[in-house]
Amino acid sequence: MSETTASRPAAALRADDKPIERAPQGAVGKLGGVAGWVDDRTRAAKGVNYLLRKVFPDHWSFMLGEIAMYSLIVCLLTGAFLTFWFVPSMGQTVYDGSYIPLQGVVMSEAYASTLDISFDIKGGLLIRQIHHWAALMFIVSLSVHMMRVFFTGAFRKPRELNWVIGTVLALLAIVEGFAGYSLPDDLLSGTGLRAMQGFILTVPVIGSYIAYALFGGDFPGEMIIPRLYAAHVLLIPAILVGLFIVHVTMVAVNKHTQYPGPGKTNDNVVGYRVMPVYAAKAGGFFFLVFGLTALIAAFAQINAIWVHGPYDPSAVTAGAQPDWYMWFSDGALRLLPGWIEFTVFGFTFSPNIAIGSIILLPLVYTVLGAYPFVERWITGDDREHHLLDRPRNAPTRTGVGMAAITGYTVLALACVNDIIAIKLGMSINDLTRFFRVAVFLLPILVFWITKRICLGLQRHDRELVLHGRETGTVIRTPEGRFFERHEDLDPYTRWRLVSFDTYRPIELEPATDANGLVRKGARKDRLRAALSRFYFTDQIHPVTPAELAAAHHDGHGHEALEGAAEEEYPEQIGADR
Amino acid sequence: MADPTNPTPDADRPDSAGEYTEADYTRDLSTAVSLDGDVVGTGGLPERFEDPGLPPHQPRMSDLDEAAATRAERQVATLFGISIIGTLGFLVAYFAVPVESRMFFPGLGSTVSTSNFLLGVTMGLSLLGIGAGAVHWAKTLMPDEEAVEERHPMRSEEDDRAQFGEIMLGGAEDAGLTRRPLLKYAMGGALGLFALPMVVQVVGSLGPLDRPWRRLEHTFWDGEEGPDGTREFTRPRLVRDPQNTPIRPEEVTIGSAYHVQPEGLFDLDPHHQLEAKAKASVLLMRLHPDDFVSEKARDWGYEGIVAYSKICTHVGCPVGLYEQHTHHLLCPCHQSTFDVTDDCKVIFGPAKRPLPQLKITVDDEGYLVADQPFEEPVGPSYWERERR
Repeated sequence: MSETTASRPAAALRADDKPIERAPQGAVGKLGGVAGWVDDRTRAAKGVNYLLRKVFPDHWSFMLGEIAMYSLIVCLLTGAFLTFWFVPSMGQTVYDGSYIPLQGVVMSEAYASTLDISFDIKGGLLIRQIHHWAALMFIVSLSVHMMRVFFTGAFRKPRELNWVIGTVLALLAIVEGFAGYSLPDDLLSGTGLRAMQGFILTVPVIGSYIAYALFGGDFPGEMIIPRLYAAHVLLIPAILVGLFIVHVTMVAVNKHTQYPGPGKTNDNVVGYRVMPVYAAKAGGFFFLVFGLTALIAAFAQINAIWVHGPYDPSAVTAGAQPDWYMWFSDGALRLLPGWIEFTVFGFTFSPNIAIGSIILLPLVYTVLGAYPFVERWITGDDREHHLLDRPRNAPTRTGVGMAAITGYTVLALACVNDIIAIKLGMSINDLTRFFRVAVFLLPILVFWITKRICLGLQRHDRELVLHGRETGTVIRTPEGRFFERHEDLDPYTRWRLVSFDTYRPIELEPATDANGLVRKGARKDRLRAALSRFYFTDQIHPVTPAELAAAHHDGHGHEALEGAAEEEYPEQIGADR
Repeated sequence: MADPTNPTPDADRPDSAGEYTEADYTRDLSTAVSLDGDVVGTGGLPERFEDPGLPPHQPRMSDLDEAAATRAERQVATLFGISIIGTLGFLVAYFAVPVESRMFFPGLGSTVSTSNFLLGVTMGLSLLGIGAGAVHWAKTLMPDEEAVEERHPMRSEEDDRAQFGEIMLGGAEDAGLTRRPLLKYAMGGALGLFALPMVVQVVGSLGPLDRPWRRLEHTFWDGEEGPDGTREFTRPRLVRDPQNTPIRPEEVTIGSAYHVQPEGLFDLDPHHQLEAKAKASVLLMRLHPDDFVSEKARDWGYEGIVAYSKICTHVGCPVGLYEQHTHHLLCPCHQSTFDVTDDCKVIFGPAKRPLPQLKITVDDEGYLVADQPFEEPVGPSYWERERR
């Protein structure tokens, strides 16, 4: 071809082409041919350099999300292994594996193959147990991670979106977990499915249609295990992994939050670079999480599916509990009294079941997801927040969070009321009645206590700044008076204690305008002002230099200052933009 | 207004390190403080403290002492060595230990799977060694001088935001979306509807759509379902579950309880058996006839023998726990408690309705039989439950 159309050799330039530059042989050359080869084709060096030089702040609580991430990866890995042996079928078979007590028993292939994984496949039990433990660890760590984000205010602008994604991830994780532990088709998981069918039947109007659609006919049918399997290994993980990638990418885009401290501002990130420190720390941490899960799986048995036998709708074991993350929902079911079921025009409403199952689960996560927007509405704060709150410096939020955790915990404990009753020799009826009251009263009590503790801690901070550290050195004056010498805090320690913001409660504009007409949105503003008062009326303000100076001037001044601290004063920094 | 996280440098104070010198505290305090209590004004002091900046770096042992660094190096290498040993140990355990061998381990009992235990421990060591080694390396030998990266506001530059709007609106304009509304509505309609075939296919075919709740009304006691969907009641005997043997009244002693299924259920194939059991399971109990509070219990029973559906009216768990002396039935799932002496009414817990009673009698050969099928649907409530 080139002979006939020899107008321009392929390597030559057109008149207006830029001259070809030789590929630089510098750093890429040193790194080795492969990196250079890839970069020649991807132009990746710049982006990768950016990521490798990225700075992450260091704090133990930032590892909670990491644990969740690594547990998820362990789950994906071990889960893929399990699919090689697990048979997601409800077809009935006669067990002939090596577990003697069940030999000759008719059971589903799902259950039989799970027994095979546990008894006949070398390392199968280990992989199964790592999978289950990692799943539990995933949900535990993401829940604690969520609490960390909540109590430190990390969900504030610009991270509300990521909080919502995290909430969806948390809910999906629970659904994924439920689908997963239902797969072995043993007596316990079948009982869980039976209850789920009961929940679905309570959906008004279309409940029975949904139940029959999901189960492909009568309960238990032959479809639910294969369908849960598809959801568990394909549908939910796909969404889970997709959202998880968005979640982590958003962390990188927003840059990680940091705790307040000397040198740390809202406009910087202080920490270590990915290469080499975080590559080693975070990479190593993956191995620590995986290794710990493997050790737990070696020492602690989980979900011994062979104990209860295959699913039989007429059999049940006492002390039936779901995995822990379903406890609060199951606990609510145990607390709801039966008499609230009613019939209207021949149609049955079962709030005694629906509230605790099909309403509670989505409701909890909707409220969680909505919280940043509610708080933003109350504070009217439109600034970006990259510095975290110390929980004590947001007493009302901390109290609200603790109240929510308390309510959740009471419901979760209600789910093990039978176990508590047996272990402690108590009446299960009394326990249930106690929980019914406690679920309403304890959160209020805990809110109040938490808020008081926060305010107390803040006062202590003020005290420390104003008074300094107690040195333990007792000095005797020439007049014979004794006093202990206090040492001023160094500026770094002091900065930690005084560098927080306070808000002024929003003041209500008059509900009527100059002409006496009711202003639009006045009612909404009233609610907002009331909530703002609820959040910000009791506040301890950080020590100001003037207060410190006053305390220095007169050793007795600080008592008087304490009283002043909670009052409004005009220099206050806050939401008045 | 002042941004508290970014205090502006105080021009009065040359001490930029943020330290408050003695002079700061002694400046004209009379305007700052009234000594009998309140703080008034700032006395020329700044409103807020100033960020002192990053604290001075504290070197580690390994930064100062080469011997300490070498020690750390050896520790890291040892940890990686442990990982290698763990990996090799896993291979040995995998090939040397048979899957069925059992062993004793303190605290875990004597039936611990040797294979699982050894594989887990060696795998754990193999992974933990790497993890601990890497983390220890990072903490002792890698640089621990903090780096500082600037943050920028998340929002894009105004120009870019404006340009985005122009591109989108301009693009819509160029495509004719604004000038040709027909296209807009036609496309909207098509995109709005295209998913319907997929949705209809999956929703329509998952399960039966023709009033599936009708199927919740019947149990195997009504008779086996014929090909045309009808059932013929044949006064089936009560048979023991799982022995499949009929029961004579005299075999049911006072205080005893039997798990019962309708005769013929065990002849079904295993799969249909489960579906039938999920609705037909019955608990048979004998009480002293005087123990009953309710007349119906006596009438529907036989000489103190009564049969109730075992499927909880809450969410369908089998009501498996019978307390002989109190005559209470307890559902282990959510603790609904039913009183057998009083028509199995709910006396505690989240269930609303009593357990349905199965009317029984004896046949010519003296075996217990169902005198009629259940009069109401068994199991959990559902929307159409009252529509019969």
